Amino acid sequence: MILKLIAIVLALAILLMGVIAVENKKLVVAVIAAGVVSLFASVFYLLLAAPDVAMTEAAIGSGLSTIIFFYVLNKIKKDRKDHA
Amino acid sequence: MLKKIFFLLVLAGFAVMLFNAYGLSGPDQQLNDVAAHYAEKGPQEVGAANLVASVIVTYRGLDTLGEVTILFLAASIIGFFLKARRDNQRAPKQVRKTSEILETAAKVITPVIFLFGIYVFINGHLTPGGGFQGGAIIASGLVLMLLANPVKKINHNIIRVIESISGFSFILLGIFGLLLAGGFLDNAFLPLGDFGTLLSAGAVPLIYIFIGLKVGAELSGIVSNLQETQKEQI
Repeated sequence: MILKLIAIVLALAILLMGVIAVENKKLVVAVIAAGVVSLFASVFYLLLAAPDVAMTEAAIGSGLSTIIFFYVLNKIKKDRKDHA
Repeated sequence: MLKKIFFLLVLAGFAVMLFNAYGLSGPDQQLNDVAAHYAEKGPQEVGAANLVASVIVTYRGLDTLGEVTILFLAASIIGFFLKARRDNQRAPKQVRKTSEILETAAKVITPVIFLFGIYVFINGHLTPGGGFQGGAIIASGLVLMLLANPVKKINHNIIRVIESISGFSFILLGIFGLLLAGGFLDNAFLPLGDFGTLLSAGAVPLIYIFIGLKVGAELSGIVSNLQETQKEQI
């Protein structure tokens, strides 16, 4: 019962963060929201008894890809300023 | 307007499809043939306590080889494009100073993260985790190191050498399996050992170590390439 409740809350949080990631105009906020989606998803995988997938999702989805997005974002911002 | 109606139609069609599929497929009451074979025969045939590892490394080892190759391609393409751009921007870097707390904490935590990554892929056949996860954890440790000390030079030759040697060894172990045991990437050419101990499951720990090193080197290469071509630090 309590697990079901946690799962429902997590699913709602994932949906909310996904909507924020798509709709927010600030790219930094969108990237962080996408990272949080991955973080909640990894907890969800743990609830679904898939710890292997949860580890991958936590390390790659919310850790590395967020940081890579930030690096690329910083690079693009700089390039835009150069060309403008 | 027409576009929006079209989108709504597609969404509605998708909803109908999913709604029908929801009724069709409940949770399976029993494993299908392949899964039952993995679950019942896996411990004897492969000898890995972590059943997922025996599927990933042995039964579906070729898929893993493909995944690692795709990751290698992605890393090389990113490296290629960034290198092509790096040559024509030689301006000195402006580095914002990192905070004292981050710097000190990174010094303490980074070795522990590396060690944890190595633990995850060495124990991949016993506990959840494995080569991909361990490699990703090692790369996250590198990210922390680079965030704390942005001017640090990462030696790309070491990354390249580790990456190449472990990829080569991975395929070599697969060929050993082909020659000495049942087929490509068969782990049984080394003794299976006692179930659940570190030196068990034949070649699975060795293969996982090489996958871990390869993935770690590839992801580290991507991150450090991106980091080095930043003009202005975050």
